[in-house]
Amino acid sequence: MGNLFQIYKRDLKGYFSSPIAYVVIGLFLIVTGIFFYLLLSSFLQYSYAMMMQRQNIPVNVNLMMIRPFFLNMSVIVLFVIPMITMRSFSEEKKSGTMELLLTSPLTNWQIILGKYLATFTLYFVMVMVTFLFMVFLFIWGKPGLGPILISYLGILLMGLVLIAVGNFISSLTENQIVAAVGTFGATMLLWVIGFAGDFAGKVFGELFKYLSIVNHFEDFSKGVFDTSHLVYYLSLTFIMLFFTYQSIESSKWRS
Amino acid sequence: MIEVHNLVKHYGSVKAVDDISLTVDKGEILGFLGPNAAGKTTTMRIITGYMPASAGTVKVAGFDVFEQGLEVKKRIGYLPENPPLYPDMRVRDYLKFTARIKGVHPKTINAEVDRVAARLSVIEVMDNHISKLSKGYKQRVGFAQALLNNPPVLILDEPTNGLDPRQIIEVREIIKSLGSDHTVILSTHILPEVSMTCNRVAIINEGKLVKIDTPDNLTMQLQGSESIILQIEGPVTEIESALSQHNSVTAVAVQPNSKDNIATYKVEAAIGSDIRKELAALVVNRGWGLLELKSETLSLEDIFLRLTTKEEEVN
Repeated sequence: MGNLFQIYKRDLKGYFSSPIAYVVIGLFLIVTGIFFYLLLSSFLQYSYAMMMQRQNIPVNVNLMMIRPFFLNMSVIVLFVIPMITMRSFSEEKKSGTMELLLTSPLTNWQIILGKYLATFTLYFVMVMVTFLFMVFLFIWGKPGLGPILISYLGILLMGLVLIAVGNFISSLTENQIVAAVGTFGATMLLWVIGFAGDFAGKVFGELFKYLSIVNHFEDFSKGVFDTSHLVYYLSLTFIMLFFTYQSIESSKWRS
Repeated sequence: MIEVHNLVKHYGSVKAVDDISLTVDKGEILGFLGPNAAGKTTTMRIITGYMPASAGTVKVAGFDVFEQGLEVKKRIGYLPENPPLYPDMRVRDYLKFTARIKGVHPKTINAEVDRVAARLSVIEVMDNHISKLSKGYKQRVGFAQALLNNPPVLILDEPTNGLDPRQIIEVREIIKSLGSDHTVILSTHILPEVSMTCNRVAIINEGKLVKIDTPDNLTMQLQGSESIILQIEGPVTEIESALSQHNSVTAVAVQPNSKDNIATYKVEAAIGSDIRKELAALVVNRGWGLLELKSETLSLEDIFLRLTTKEEEVN
Protein backbone atom coordinates (compact mmCIF):
# COMPACT_ATOMS: atom_id res chain seq x y z
CA MET A 1 0.00 0.00 0.00
CA GLY A 2 2.85 2.36 0.84
CA ASN A 3 4.52 1.61 -2.48
CA LEU A 4 1.28 2.14 -4.39
CA PHE A 5 0.96 5.54 -2.73
CA GLN A 6 4.55 6.47 -3.73
CA ILE A 7 3.82 5.74 -7.38
CA TYR A 8 0.52 7.61 -7.09
CA LYS A 9 2.17 10.64 -5.55
CA ARG A 10 4.96 10.79 -8.11
CA ASP A 11 2.61 10.53 -11.07
CA LEU A 12 0.23 13.12 -9.69
CA LYS A 13 3.12 15.53 -9.07
CA GLY A 14 4.28 14.77 -12.60
CA TYR A 15 0.93 15.95 -13.97
CA PHE A 16 0.92 19.16 -12.00
CA SER A 17 4.62 20.01 -12.34
CA SER A 18 4.31 19.91 -16.13
CA PRO A 19 1.87 22.02 -18.17
CA ILE A 20 -0.28 18.96 -18.98
CA ALA A 21 -2.69 19.21 -16.06
CA TYR A 22 -3.25 22.93 -16.50
CA VAL A 23 -3.66 22.78 -20.27
CA VAL A 24 -6.11 19.89 -20.12
CA ILE A 25 -8.16 21.33 -17.25
CA GLY A 26 -8.19 24.75 -18.91
CA LEU A 27 -9.25 23.31 -22.24
CA PHE A 28 -11.96 21.26 -20.62
CA LEU A 29 -13.32 24.26 -18.72
CA ILE A 30 -13.37 26.43 -21.85
CA VAL A 31 -15.28 23.87 -23.89
CA THR A 32 -17.74 22.94 -21.14
CA GLY A 33 -18.07 26.65 -20.30
CA ILE A 34 -19.10 27.46 -23.86
CA PHE A 35 -21.74 24.75 -23.80
CA PHE A 36 -22.92 25.92 -20.41
CA TYR A 37 -23.25 29.49 -21.69
CA LEU A 38 -25.16 28.45 -24.82
CA LEU A 39 -27.53 26.20 -22.90
CA LEU A 40 -28.08 28.85 -20.25
CA SER A 41 -28.87 31.60 -22.74
CA SER A 42 -31.32 29.47 -24.68
CA PHE A 43 -32.91 28.42 -21.41
CA LEU A 44 -33.26 32.05 -20.35
CA GLN A 45 -34.83 32.99 -23.69
CA TYR A 46 -37.30 30.17 -23.33
CA SER A 47 -38.26 31.06 -19.77
CA TYR A 48 -38.56 34.74 -20.78
CA ALA A 49 -40.90 33.74 -23.60
CA MET A 50 -42.96 31.65 -21.19
CA MET A 51 -43.17 34.61 -18.86
CA MET A 52 -44.36 36.89 -21.68
CA GLN A 53 -47.13 34.46 -22.50
CA ARG A 54 -48.16 34.73 -18.85
CA GLN A 55 -48.19 31.00 -18.39
CA ASN A 56 -47.59 30.01 -14.83
CA ILE A 57 -46.07 26.63 -15.51
CA PRO A 58 -42.60 26.72 -13.89
CA VAL A 59 -39.77 25.78 -16.27
CA ASN A 60 -37.59 22.89 -15.13
CA VAL A 61 -33.92 23.86 -15.04
CA ASN A 62 -32.80 20.27 -14.39
CA LEU A 63 -34.59 18.96 -17.44
CA MET A 64 -33.90 21.77 -19.85
CA MET A 65 -30.48 22.94 -18.87
CA ILE A 66 -28.56 20.57 -16.60
CA ARG A 67 -29.34 17.31 -18.36
CA PRO A 68 -28.19 18.47 -21.83
CA PHE A 69 -25.14 20.01 -20.19
CA PHE A 70 -24.07 16.68 -18.72
CA LEU A 71 -24.82 14.85 -21.96
CA ASN A 72 -22.48 17.29 -23.69
CA MET A 73 -19.88 16.81 -21.00
CA SER A 74 -20.01 13.04 -21.40
CA VAL A 75 -18.96 13.48 -25.04
CA ILE A 76 -16.30 16.12 -24.34
CA VAL A 77 -14.75 13.73 -21.84
CA LEU A 78 -14.18 11.24 -24.68
CA PHE A 79 -11.89 13.77 -26.35
CA VAL A 80 -10.00 14.75 -23.22
CA ILE A 81 -9.21 11.30 -21.81
CA PRO A 82 -6.53 10.41 -24.43
CA MET A 83 -4.61 13.56 -23.48
CA ILE A 84 -4.32 12.58 -19.84
CA THR A 85 -3.67 8.86 -20.27
CA MET A 86 -1.24 8.92 -23.20
CA ARG A 87 1.89 9.37 -21.14
CA SER A 88 1.20 7.12 -18.17
CA PHE A 89 3.17 4.07 -19.33
CA SER A 90 4.52 5.26 -22.69
CA GLU A 91 6.71 7.91 -21.14
CA GLU A 92 8.12 5.50 -18.56
CA LYS A 93 8.96 3.03 -21.30
CA LYS A 94 10.54 5.68 -23.47
CA SER A 95 12.72 7.23 -20.77
CA GLY A 96 13.75 3.84 -19.35
CA THR A 97 12.22 4.49 -15.95
CA MET A 98 9.98 1.47 -16.45
CA GLU A 99 13.19 -0.51 -15.97
CA LEU A 100 13.66 1.22 -12.61
CA LEU A 101 10.11 0.44 -11.50
CA LEU A 102 10.25 -3.16 -12.65
CA THR A 103 13.58 -3.83 -10.94
CA SER A 104 12.50 -2.17 -7.69
CA PRO A 105 10.75 -4.26 -5.05
CA LEU A 106 7.29 -3.35 -6.37
CA THR A 107 4.52 -5.59 -7.61
CA ASN A 108 2.92 -4.96 -11.00
CA TRP A 109 -0.38 -4.11 -9.32
CA GLN A 110 1.24 -1.43 -7.18
CA ILE A 111 2.60 0.21 -10.32
CA ILE A 112 -0.61 -0.14 -12.34
CA LEU A 113 -3.02 0.98 -9.62
CA GLY A 114 -0.77 3.81 -8.45
CA LYS A 115 -0.65 5.23 -11.96
CA TYR A 116 -4.32 4.57 -12.57
CA LEU A 117 -5.44 6.35 -9.42
CA ALA A 118 -3.15 9.31 -10.19
CA THR A 119 -4.76 9.78 -13.60
CA PHE A 120 -8.19 9.36 -12.09
CA THR A 121 -7.43 12.02 -9.50
CA LEU A 122 -6.52 14.48 -12.24
CA TYR A 123 -9.77 13.59 -14.00
CA PHE A 124 -11.73 13.98 -10.77
CA VAL A 125 -10.31 17.47 -10.22
CA MET A 126 -11.00 18.42 -13.83
CA VAL A 127 -14.63 17.30 -13.69
CA MET A 128 -15.42 18.68 -10.27
CA VAL A 129 -14.17 22.17 -11.14
CA THR A 130 -17.27 22.45 -13.35
CA PHE A 131 -19.35 22.35 -10.19
CA LEU A 132 -18.65 26.09 -10.10
CA PHE A 133 -21.08 26.43 -13.01
CA MET A 134 -23.74 24.72 -10.92
CA VAL A 135 -23.15 27.16 -8.09
CA PHE A 136 -24.43 29.97 -10.34
CA LEU A 137 -27.60 28.00 -10.99
CA PHE A 138 -28.11 27.56 -7.26
CA ILE A 139 -27.65 31.28 -6.64
CA TRP A 140 -30.29 32.40 -9.15
CA GLY A 141 -32.48 29.34 -9.43
CA LYS A 142 -33.73 26.25 -7.64
CA PRO A 143 -32.27 23.21 -9.38
CA GLY A 144 -32.54 19.79 -7.74
CA LEU A 145 -29.25 18.74 -6.17
CA GLY A 146 -29.86 14.97 -6.38
CA PRO A 147 -29.85 14.66 -10.18
CA ILE A 148 -26.77 16.87 -10.38
CA LEU A 149 -24.84 14.62 -7.99
CA ILE A 150 -25.94 11.48 -9.81
CA SER A 151 -24.87 13.03 -13.12
CA TYR A 152 -21.45 13.70 -11.65
CA LEU A 153 -21.30 10.13 -10.39
CA GLY A 154 -22.04 8.95 -13.92
CA ILE A 155 -19.33 11.17 -15.42
CA LEU A 156 -16.82 9.87 -12.88
CA LEU A 157 -17.77 6.24 -13.55
CA MET A 158 -17.34 6.85 -17.27
CA GLY A 159 -13.89 8.23 -16.51
CA LEU A 160 -13.08 5.14 -14.49
CA VAL A 161 -13.57 2.99 -17.58
CA LEU A 162 -11.99 5.32 -20.11
CA ILE A 163 -8.87 5.92 -18.05
CA ALA A 164 -8.44 2.17 -17.68
CA VAL A 165 -8.75 1.86 -21.47
CA GLY A 166 -6.25 4.69 -21.98
CA ASN A 167 -3.76 3.27 -19.51
CA PHE A 168 -3.97 -0.12 -21.18
CA ILE A 169 -3.29 1.34 -24.62
CA SER A 170 -0.46 3.44 -23.20
CA SER A 171 1.12 0.29 -21.79
CA LEU A 172 1.30 -1.19 -25.30
CA THR A 173 3.58 1.42 -26.84
CA GLU A 174 6.43 3.71 -25.94
CA ASN A 175 5.17 6.36 -28.35
CA GLN A 176 2.83 8.86 -26.69
CA ILE A 177 1.26 9.94 -29.98
CA VAL A 178 0.39 6.36 -30.84
CA ALA A 179 -1.05 5.93 -27.35
CA ALA A 180 -3.16 9.09 -27.69
CA VAL A 181 -4.47 8.26 -31.15
CA GLY A 182 -5.16 4.65 -30.15
CA THR A 183 -7.06 5.73 -27.05
CA PHE A 184 -8.96 8.32 -29.04
CA GLY A 185 -9.97 5.62 -31.53
CA ALA A 186 -11.08 3.36 -28.70
CA THR A 187 -13.17 6.01 -26.95
CA MET A 188 -14.77 7.02 -30.25
CA LEU A 189 -15.57 3.39 -30.95
CA LEU A 190 -17.19 3.02 -27.53
CA TRP A 191 -19.32 6.04 -28.38
CA VAL A 192 -20.38 5.44 -32.00
CA ILE A 193 -21.01 1.75 -31.48
CA GLY A 194 -24.29 2.85 -29.92
CA PHE A 195 -25.36 4.54 -33.20
CA ALA A 196 -24.59 1.33 -35.05
CA GLY A 197 -26.98 -0.41 -32.66
CA ASP A 198 -29.95 1.14 -34.47
CA PHE A 199 -29.08 -0.56 -37.75
CA ALA A 200 -27.45 -3.83 -36.74
CA GLY A 201 -30.49 -6.06 -36.32
CA LYS A 202 -32.01 -7.35 -33.14
CA VAL A 203 -29.28 -9.33 -31.42
CA PHE A 204 -26.24 -7.30 -32.43
CA GLY A 205 -28.19 -4.07 -32.08
CA GLU A 206 -28.83 -4.81 -28.45
CA LEU A 207 -25.23 -5.84 -27.91
CA PHE A 208 -23.83 -2.71 -29.54
CA LYS A 209 -26.16 -0.49 -27.56
CA TYR A 210 -25.10 -2.26 -24.40
CA LEU A 211 -21.43 -1.69 -25.17
CA SER A 212 -21.86 2.01 -25.90
CA ILE A 213 -20.40 3.92 -23.02
CA VAL A 214 -22.53 7.03 -23.56
CA ASN A 215 -25.82 5.07 -23.64
CA HIS A 216 -25.15 3.94 -20.10
CA PHE A 217 -24.69 7.51 -19.06
CA GLU A 218 -28.16 8.61 -20.19
CA ASP A 219 -29.90 7.26 -17.11
CA PHE A 220 -27.42 9.07 -14.86
CA SER A 221 -28.12 12.35 -16.67
CA LYS A 222 -31.81 11.85 -15.89
CA GLY A 223 -30.90 11.54 -12.24
CA VAL A 224 -31.59 7.80 -12.22
CA PHE A 225 -29.10 5.52 -10.50
CA ASP A 226 -29.36 2.00 -11.89
CA THR A 227 -26.95 -0.65 -10.60
CA SER A 228 -26.89 -2.40 -14.00
CA HIS A 229 -24.89 0.57 -15.32
CA LEU A 230 -22.62 0.38 -12.33
CA VAL A 231 -21.95 -3.26 -13.18
CA TYR A 232 -21.16 -2.30 -16.77
CA TYR A 233 -18.69 0.41 -15.81
CA LEU A 234 -16.96 -1.53 -13.06
CA SER A 235 -16.61 -4.77 -14.98
CA LEU A 236 -15.19 -2.98 -18.02
CA THR A 237 -12.73 -1.21 -15.70
CA PHE A 238 -11.58 -4.50 -14.16
CA ILE A 239 -11.16 -6.08 -17.57
CA MET A 240 -9.03 -3.18 -18.75
CA LEU A 241 -6.87 -3.22 -15.61
CA PHE A 242 -6.40 -6.94 -16.05
CA PHE A 243 -5.35 -6.38 -19.68
CA THR A 244 -2.86 -3.76 -18.50
CA TYR A 245 -1.37 -6.28 -16.08
CA GLN A 246 -1.02 -8.81 -18.88
CA SER A 247 0.53 -6.20 -21.14
CA ILE A 248 3.16 -5.28 -18.54
CA GLU A 249 3.87 -8.93 -17.83
CA SER A 250 4.20 -9.86 -21.52
CA SER A 251 6.40 -6.87 -22.31
CA LYS A 252 8.90 -8.38 -19.86
CA TRP A 253 9.03 -11.52 -21.96
CA ARG A 254 9.34 -9.68 -25.22
CA SER A 255 11.53 -6.68 -24.51
CA MET B 1 26.15 -14.64 -3.88
CA ILE B 2 25.04 -14.85 -7.51
CA GLU B 3 24.59 -18.22 -9.17
CA VAL B 4 23.71 -18.45 -12.83
CA HIS B 5 23.00 -21.90 -14.25
CA ASN B 6 22.64 -22.70 -17.94
CA LEU B 7 20.98 -19.41 -18.73
CA VAL B 8 19.30 -19.18 -22.14
CA LYS B 9 17.33 -16.30 -23.60
CA HIS B 10 15.62 -16.23 -26.98
CA TYR B 11 14.30 -13.15 -28.74
CA GLY B 12 12.09 -14.81 -31.28
CA SER B 13 14.48 -16.97 -33.25
CA VAL B 14 17.58 -15.09 -32.07
CA LYS B 15 19.52 -16.60 -29.19
CA ALA B 16 20.72 -13.62 -27.19
CA VAL B 17 22.12 -15.65 -24.31
CA ASP B 18 23.29 -19.18 -24.94
CA ASP B 19 23.90 -21.45 -21.97
CA ILE B 20 25.79 -19.14 -19.64
CA SER B 21 26.75 -20.47 -16.20
CA LEU B 22 28.77 -18.56 -13.66
CA THR B 23 28.97 -17.82 -9.97
CA VAL B 24 30.04 -14.64 -8.27
CA ASP B 25 31.20 -14.77 -4.66
CA LYS B 26 30.51 -12.20 -2.00
CA GLY B 27 32.76 -9.17 -2.25
CA GLU B 28 33.84 -9.98 -5.77
CA ILE B 29 33.80 -7.61 -8.74
CA LEU B 30 33.06 -9.45 -11.97
CA GLY B 31 33.41 -7.68 -15.29
CA PHE B 32 31.38 -8.63 -18.34
CA LEU B 33 33.47 -7.93 -21.36
CA GLY B 34 32.23 -8.28 -24.88
CA PRO B 35 31.41 -6.47 -28.09
CA ASN B 36 28.08 -4.72 -28.47
CA ALA B 37 25.05 -7.03 -28.74
CA ALA B 38 27.02 -9.88 -27.15
CA GLY B 39 24.34 -10.56 -24.54
CA LYS B 40 25.81 -8.64 -21.60
CA THR B 41 22.78 -6.42 -21.02
CA THR B 42 20.36 -9.30 -21.46
CA THR B 43 22.21 -11.40 -18.90
CA MET B 44 22.19 -8.51 -16.43
CA ARG B 45 18.51 -7.81 -16.99
CA ILE B 46 17.70 -11.43 -16.24
CA ILE B 47 19.74 -11.33 -13.03
CA THR B 48 17.87 -8.21 -11.88
CA GLY B 49 14.52 -9.84 -12.56
CA TYR B 50 13.61 -7.29 -15.20
CA MET B 51 12.96 -10.04 -17.70
CA PRO B 52 12.55 -13.80 -17.30
CA ALA B 53 14.94 -16.29 -18.88
CA SER B 54 13.87 -18.74 -21.56
CA ALA B 55 15.68 -21.50 -19.67
CA GLY B 56 18.08 -21.87 -16.76
CA THR B 57 18.04 -20.47 -13.26
CA VAL B 58 19.48 -17.47 -11.49
CA LYS B 59 19.87 -17.27 -7.73
CA VAL B 60 20.82 -14.14 -5.86
CA ALA B 61 21.64 -14.49 -2.16
CA GLY B 62 19.91 -17.87 -2.25
CA PHE B 63 16.65 -16.56 -3.74
CA ASP B 64 15.45 -17.65 -7.16
CA VAL B 65 14.98 -14.62 -9.39
CA PHE B 66 11.89 -16.03 -11.06
CA GLU B 67 10.18 -17.55 -8.03
CA GLN B 68 11.07 -14.96 -5.38
CA GLY B 69 11.59 -11.88 -7.55
CA LEU B 70 10.61 -9.41 -4.85
CA GLU B 71 13.19 -10.76 -2.40
CA VAL B 72 15.88 -10.56 -5.07
CA LYS B 73 14.90 -7.03 -6.09
CA LYS B 74 15.25 -5.90 -2.48
CA ARG B 75 18.89 -6.98 -2.59
CA ILE B 76 19.95 -5.60 -5.94
CA GLY B 77 20.94 -2.11 -6.96
CA TYR B 78 20.76 -1.76 -10.72
CA LEU B 79 22.12 0.88 -13.04
CA PRO B 80 20.76 0.20 -16.54
CA GLU B 81 22.58 1.20 -19.71
CA ASN B 82 20.53 4.40 -19.93
CA PRO B 83 20.14 5.86 -16.44
CA PRO B 84 16.44 5.58 -15.53
CA LEU B 85 15.66 9.20 -14.69
CA TYR B 86 12.50 11.29 -14.62
CA PRO B 87 13.47 14.46 -16.48
CA ASP B 88 10.78 16.60 -14.85
CA MET B 89 11.96 15.86 -11.30
CA ARG B 90 14.66 17.52 -9.24
CA VAL B 91 17.60 15.30 -8.32
CA ARG B 92 16.72 15.32 -4.61
CA ASP B 93 13.06 14.45 -5.23
CA TYR B 94 14.09 11.72 -7.62
CA LEU B 95 16.47 10.13 -5.13
CA LYS B 96 13.88 10.40 -2.38
CA PHE B 97 11.28 8.74 -4.58
CA THR B 98 13.60 5.86 -5.48
CA ALA B 99 14.63 5.51 -1.83
CA ARG B 100 10.96 5.15 -0.85
CA ILE B 101 10.12 2.52 -3.46
CA LYS B 102 13.26 0.62 -2.48
CA GLY B 103 11.93 0.45 1.05
CA VAL B 104 14.34 2.77 2.84
CA HIS B 105 12.94 3.52 6.29
CA PRO B 106 11.08 6.87 6.16
CA LYS B 107 13.11 8.28 9.04
CA THR B 108 16.46 7.63 7.38
CA ILE B 109 15.56 8.70 3.83
CA ASN B 110 17.21 12.12 4.00
CA ALA B 111 20.40 10.71 5.44
CA GLU B 112 20.47 7.90 2.90
CA VAL B 113 19.91 10.29 -0.02
CA ASP B 114 22.70 12.54 1.25
CA ARG B 115 25.00 9.55 1.66
CA VAL B 116 24.69 8.35 -1.94
CA ALA B 117 24.78 11.90 -3.29
CA ALA B 118 28.05 12.53 -1.46
CA ARG B 119 29.48 9.26 -2.68
CA LEU B 120 28.81 10.11 -6.33
CA SER B 121 29.54 13.83 -5.78
CA VAL B 122 26.23 15.09 -7.10
CA ILE B 123 25.49 17.26 -4.04
CA GLU B 124 25.93 20.48 -5.99
CA VAL B 125 23.10 19.61 -8.41
CA MET B 126 20.62 18.27 -5.85
CA ASP B 127 18.08 21.04 -6.52
CA ASN B 128 18.43 21.07 -10.31
CA HIS B 129 15.94 19.53 -12.66
CA ILE B 130 17.27 16.29 -14.11
CA SER B 131 16.44 17.42 -17.67
CA LYS B 132 18.98 20.25 -17.25
CA LEU B 133 21.88 18.02 -16.15
CA SER B 134 24.86 17.11 -18.30
CA LYS B 135 25.34 13.53 -19.45
CA GLY B 136 27.99 12.91 -16.79
CA TYR B 137 25.75 14.10 -13.98
CA LYS B 138 22.82 12.07 -15.28
CA GLN B 139 24.98 8.98 -15.29
CA ARG B 140 26.11 9.64 -11.73
CA VAL B 141 22.58 10.34 -10.46
CA GLY B 142 21.59 7.02 -12.01
CA PHE B 143 24.49 5.36 -10.22
CA ALA B 144 23.56 7.05 -6.93
CA GLN B 145 20.07 5.60 -7.29
CA ALA B 146 21.54 2.09 -7.50
CA LEU B 147 23.34 2.55 -4.17
CA LEU B 148 20.20 3.54 -2.25
CA ASN B 149 19.30 1.21 0.60
CA ASN B 150 22.84 -0.20 0.44
CA PRO B 151 22.03 -3.37 -1.53
CA PRO B 152 24.49 -6.27 -1.17
CA VAL B 153 24.50 -6.86 -4.94
CA LEU B 154 25.15 -4.21 -7.58
CA ILE B 155 24.55 -4.68 -11.27
CA LEU B 156 26.10 -1.88 -13.31
CA ASP B 157 25.57 -1.76 -17.06
CA GLU B 158 28.40 0.33 -18.50
CA PRO B 159 28.78 2.54 -15.44
CA THR B 160 31.41 4.85 -16.98
CA ASN B 161 29.38 5.48 -20.11
CA GLY B 162 29.26 9.17 -21.01
CA LEU B 163 31.69 10.38 -18.37
CA ASP B 164 34.77 12.49 -18.98
CA PRO B 165 38.19 10.95 -18.22
CA ARG B 166 38.43 12.45 -14.74
CA GLN B 167 34.95 11.26 -13.80
CA ILE B 168 35.74 7.82 -15.22
CA ILE B 169 38.65 7.54 -12.80
CA GLU B 170 36.43 8.67 -9.92
CA VAL B 171 33.73 6.17 -10.75
CA ARG B 172 36.27 3.35 -11.07
CA GLU B 173 37.59 4.24 -7.63
CA ILE B 174 34.05 4.11 -6.28
CA ILE B 175 33.45 0.71 -7.85
CA LYS B 176 36.71 -0.63 -6.42
CA SER B 177 35.83 0.63 -2.96
CA LEU B 178 32.37 -0.95 -3.25
CA GLY B 179 33.95 -4.33 -3.86
CA SER B 180 34.87 -4.76 -0.21
CA ASP B 181 31.32 -5.16 1.08
CA HIS B 182 29.26 -5.53 -2.10
CA THR B 183 29.10 -8.07 -4.87
CA VAL B 184 29.39 -6.26 -8.15
CA ILE B 185 28.78 -7.23 -11.75
CA LEU B 186 29.65 -4.58 -14.28
CA SER B 187 29.70 -4.63 -18.03
CA THR B 188 31.91 -2.68 -20.33
CA HIS B 189 33.51 -2.76 -23.70
CA ILE B 190 36.42 -0.65 -22.51
CA LEU B 191 39.17 -3.18 -21.96
CA PRO B 192 41.52 -1.43 -19.54
CA GLU B 193 38.52 -0.83 -17.32
CA VAL B 194 38.12 -4.48 -16.40
CA SER B 195 41.78 -5.03 -15.67
CA MET B 196 41.71 -1.98 -13.44
CA THR B 197 38.51 -2.61 -11.49
CA CYS B 198 37.59 -6.29 -11.63
CA ASN B 199 38.74 -9.36 -9.72
CA ARG B 200 37.48 -11.58 -12.51
CA VAL B 201 36.56 -11.12 -16.13
CA ALA B 202 33.88 -12.95 -18.07
CA ILE B 203 34.32 -12.59 -21.79
CA ILE B 204 31.01 -12.94 -23.57
CA ASN B 205 30.58 -13.17 -27.30
CA GLU B 206 27.48 -13.99 -29.35
CA GLY B 207 25.61 -14.98 -26.21
CA LYS B 208 28.24 -17.50 -25.10
CA LEU B 209 30.60 -17.32 -22.17
CA VAL B 210 33.97 -17.59 -23.87
CA LYS B 211 36.22 -17.41 -20.85
CA ILE B 212 36.01 -16.50 -17.20
CA ASP B 213 39.13 -15.92 -15.10
CA THR B 214 41.20 -13.29 -13.35
CA PRO B 215 42.74 -10.70 -15.67
CA ASP B 216 46.28 -11.98 -14.86
CA ASN B 217 45.44 -15.61 -15.49
CA LEU B 218 43.82 -14.77 -18.79
CA THR B 219 46.98 -13.08 -19.90
CA MET B 220 49.11 -16.02 -18.73
CA GLN B 221 47.05 -18.74 -20.35
CA LEU B 222 46.85 -17.08 -23.66
CA GLN B 223 50.55 -16.66 -24.14
CA GLY B 224 51.67 -19.75 -26.00
CA SER B 225 55.22 -18.42 -25.97
CA GLU B 226 57.13 -15.46 -24.74
CA SER B 227 58.43 -13.05 -27.23
CA ILE B 228 61.32 -10.68 -26.83
CA ILE B 229 61.98 -7.76 -29.05
CA LEU B 230 65.55 -6.63 -29.66
CA GLN B 231 66.98 -3.82 -31.67
CA ILE B 232 70.58 -4.48 -32.56
CA GLU B 233 73.19 -2.69 -34.57
CA GLY B 234 75.38 -5.11 -36.53
CA PRO B 235 75.46 -7.59 -39.45
CA VAL B 236 71.93 -8.88 -39.90
CA THR B 237 72.44 -12.44 -41.09
CA GLU B 238 75.14 -13.14 -38.51
CA ILE B 239 73.00 -11.86 -35.68
CA GLU B 240 70.01 -13.83 -36.89
CA SER B 241 71.88 -17.12 -36.91
CA ALA B 242 73.51 -16.40 -33.57
CA LEU B 243 70.12 -15.70 -31.97
CA SER B 244 68.44 -18.76 -33.42
CA GLN B 245 71.27 -21.03 -32.20
CA HIS B 246 70.24 -20.35 -28.60
CA ASN B 247 68.64 -23.40 -26.95
CA SER B 248 65.31 -21.93 -25.95
CA VAL B 249 64.67 -19.87 -29.04
CA THR B 250 62.01 -21.26 -31.34
CA ALA B 251 61.84 -18.57 -34.00
CA VAL B 252 63.44 -15.32 -35.01
CA ALA B 253 61.82 -12.72 -37.20
CA VAL B 254 63.86 -9.88 -38.65
CA GLN B 255 62.59 -6.49 -39.58
CA PRO B 256 65.30 -4.28 -41.08
CA ASN B 257 65.22 -0.59 -40.24
CA SER B 258 65.86 2.27 -42.60
CA LYS B 259 69.44 2.58 -41.40
CA ASP B 260 71.19 -0.35 -43.05
CA ASN B 261 73.04 -1.69 -40.03
CA ILE B 262 70.17 -1.63 -37.53
CA ALA B 263 67.38 -4.20 -37.43
CA THR B 264 64.58 -5.25 -35.09
CA TYR B 265 64.49 -8.92 -34.14
CA LYS B 266 61.46 -10.63 -32.68
CA VAL B 267 62.60 -13.71 -30.79
CA GLU B 268 60.06 -16.34 -29.76
CA ALA B 269 61.13 -18.45 -26.81
CA ALA B 270 59.62 -21.44 -25.03
CA ILE B 271 57.18 -20.50 -22.32
CA GLY B 272 58.58 -19.91 -18.86
CA SER B 273 62.12 -19.42 -20.03
CA ASP B 274 63.37 -15.95 -19.32
CA ILE B 275 66.32 -15.62 -21.66
CA ARG B 276 66.55 -11.83 -21.75
CA LYS B 277 69.81 -11.82 -19.75
CA GLU B 278 71.43 -14.48 -21.91
CA LEU B 279 70.45 -12.77 -25.10
CA ALA B 280 71.82 -9.47 -23.87
CA ALA B 281 75.12 -11.11 -22.91
CA LEU B 282 75.32 -12.87 -26.29
CA VAL B 283 74.87 -9.66 -28.23
CA VAL B 284 77.25 -7.64 -26.14
CA ASN B 285 79.99 -10.33 -26.15
CA ARG B 286 79.97 -10.38 -29.92
CA GLY B 287 80.56 -6.64 -29.95
CA TRP B 288 77.20 -5.71 -31.53
CA GLY B 289 75.30 -2.68 -30.35
CA LEU B 290 72.26 -3.57 -28.25
CA LEU B 291 69.94 -0.63 -28.69
CA GLU B 292 66.75 -2.02 -27.21
CA LEU B 293 65.46 -5.12 -25.45
CA LYS B 294 61.96 -5.72 -24.17
CA SER B 295 59.68 -8.63 -23.53
CA GLU B 296 56.30 -8.41 -25.12
CA THR B 297 53.19 -9.25 -23.10
CA LEU B 298 49.74 -9.61 -24.52
CA SER B 299 47.48 -6.78 -23.52
CA LEU B 300 43.94 -7.59 -22.51
CA GLU B 301 42.98 -6.06 -25.79
CA ASP B 302 44.91 -8.71 -27.70
CA ILE B 303 43.34 -11.45 -25.61
CA PHE B 304 39.91 -10.05 -26.17
CA LEU B 305 40.42 -9.90 -29.90
CA ARG B 306 41.84 -13.42 -29.99
CA LEU B 307 38.99 -14.82 -27.95
CA THR B 308 36.22 -13.12 -29.82
CA THR B 309 37.58 -13.43 -33.32
CA LYS B 310 39.56 -16.65 -33.31
CA GLU B 311 37.90 -18.78 -30.70
CA GLU B 312 38.74 -22.09 -32.34
CA GLU B 313 42.44 -21.45 -32.26
CA VAL B 314 42.44 -20.50 -28.63
CA ASN B 315 40.42 -23.36 -27.23
